[in-house]
Amino acid sequence: MAETIFFIVFALGALGFSAAVLIAKNPINSAVMLVCSFFCLAGIYVMLSATFMAVIQILVYAGAIMVLFIFVLMLLNIRDDEIEAPRLSIHQGIAILAGTGIFFTIALSIAAWSGSSSRVAHDTMSDTFGTVEPIGDQLITSYVLPFEMAAILLLVGIVGAVVVAKKRF
Amino acid sequence: MLTDILLILLKIVAVVLLFAMPIGSLMTLLGDRKQSSMIQNRVGPNRARLSIIPGLGRLPLVGIPHFLADGLKMIFKEDAIPDGADRTWHNIVPAMALFPAIVMWAVIPFHDHYCTGEIVVQNYRDICVEGQTRNFFSIANLDAGLLYVFAISGVSVYGAAIAGWASNAKYSLIGGLRSSAQMISYEVSMALSVAGAILIYGTLNLNEMVVQQGHLIGGWLPMWGIVVQPLAFFIFLGAMMAETKRAPFDMPEGESEIVAGYFTEFSSMKFAVIQLSEYVATVFVGALIATIFLGGWQVPYLYGDGFHFGNTPTAALELPYWAVIALRIGAFSFKTIFILWLQFMLRWTLPRFRYDQVMNLGWKIFLPLSLANLVITAFVVAIL
Repeated sequence: MAETIFFIVFALGALGFSAAVLIAKNPINSAVMLVCSFFCLAGIYVMLSATFMAVIQILVYAGAIMVLFIFVLMLLNIRDDEIEAPRLSIHQGIAILAGTGIFFTIALSIAAWSGSSSRVAHDTMSDTFGTVEPIGDQLITSYVLPFEMAAILLLVGIVGAVVVAKKRF
Repeated sequence: MLTDILLILLKIVAVVLLFAMPIGSLMTLLGDRKQSSMIQNRVGPNRARLSIIPGLGRLPLVGIPHFLADGLKMIFKEDAIPDGADRTWHNIVPAMALFPAIVMWAVIPFHDHYCTGEIVVQNYRDICVEGQTRNFFSIANLDAGLLYVFAISGVSVYGAAIAGWASNAKYSLIGGLRSSAQMISYEVSMALSVAGAILIYGTLNLNEMVVQQGHLIGGWLPMWGIVVQPLAFFIFLGAMMAETKRAPFDMPEGESEIVAGYFTEFSSMKFAVIQLSEYVATVFVGALIATIFLGGWQVPYLYGDGFHFGNTPTAALELPYWAVIALRIGAFSFKTIFILWLQFMLRWTLPRFRYDQVMNLGWKIFLPLSLANLVITAFVVAIL
């Protein structure tokens, strides 16, 4: 009962705030709405017993990436009257196509998955599911290559940022 | 189910309304006004009287009535919103500032889990036999407790940043930008400096971290964070002070440069809420440092059944369980208030940094030092 209520609150919140991101005229409003939608997603993660995922979601997306977004938006400080009326460009057409494509792919795969018998029942879940230890264990044993590749990708990003910034001085 | 919910509500009320908020708001007076006046050789607030209560009409009570008078005054002030400001955000922002400051308290353990059975002390740990452990003394016993703290403290940037942007004023905007830049910079060394402690205790759960700090090195020295990670303690204290935007790191407010920074244009209770959130965050810094570095609720040599001197199974001085709990909660409160006092001492005795000095300290001194600390700790932990 309580679970259903919380799920409805978080799911509607995530959908509503995501819609608000697209609708909001002011870029800062959009960014803050996106943060709110991250919080709702984190709530859903908590309900799925994935507390570690939830905390990382807030830590990385809401706490780091979106702060940077807002920082840049505040530096630019775009006024409402400077924002031009939206026009449909080729980029937006591609974006709409890609968005609907991804939506249908995910929807179809969820539909196919929920019909299959390979679902893991809730009561077979171990006590430590979603906690830090098993995830860390998996990351440095089974998934050590993707993990290190992601680290190298981030390093390349940092070096790239330094190279780009250096040219100006 | 219902009792669980009631218990959680009770814990939230106890932690927020009986611990965090009262200490936080009392600090606005005792720390920032009375302690500062003593440091600067002034008298400080001593005029307001509680004459409603008979018998107290003539006593200054170290100026505590001033803080009640201030609260009352704030409520009756005009709430001014500048022209051209974003009214919606201007109204929401105080709540955005207060939210993380309160929510962070969810993972702070005030005592170990309550044991319904008998307690046996083994290897400096309380082991609960013939009973269950119940989580009565922290709101949530989160497995990733420390990460949760970092996540929420990362979110606390929004309050300051949006406050600066929504005011439609130059000083406010500069304050907001400074605060977000400063908080992003110091978050890095804040997290890296504690990484050493995480390696040593091998957990992110704050309660488990405190339990491990009950271990005695060589049978006499408590394994507190400050003993095994002294450098990290100072880096973490500095970084946390910068996170809460306290002087000497008060660039976002910078009274002598940008009036009051990001909350220049806030008045009435909105100003009070932003100010209060800063103080509650300061109290939280005290609680977190006490938990990670000063042994949290641990009293040296005190375990579940009394005082043990050395690794002995029987207590040298037996105490009833309720007395142990009371002593431990008292010790935790004392440590929190001690760190709080230290922060106010630093605030009022150190000169302010310049903006570039704050950035240099964060990126060029704190960050390399905490990285070096992490690498050395990792080597030592791997060897032992």
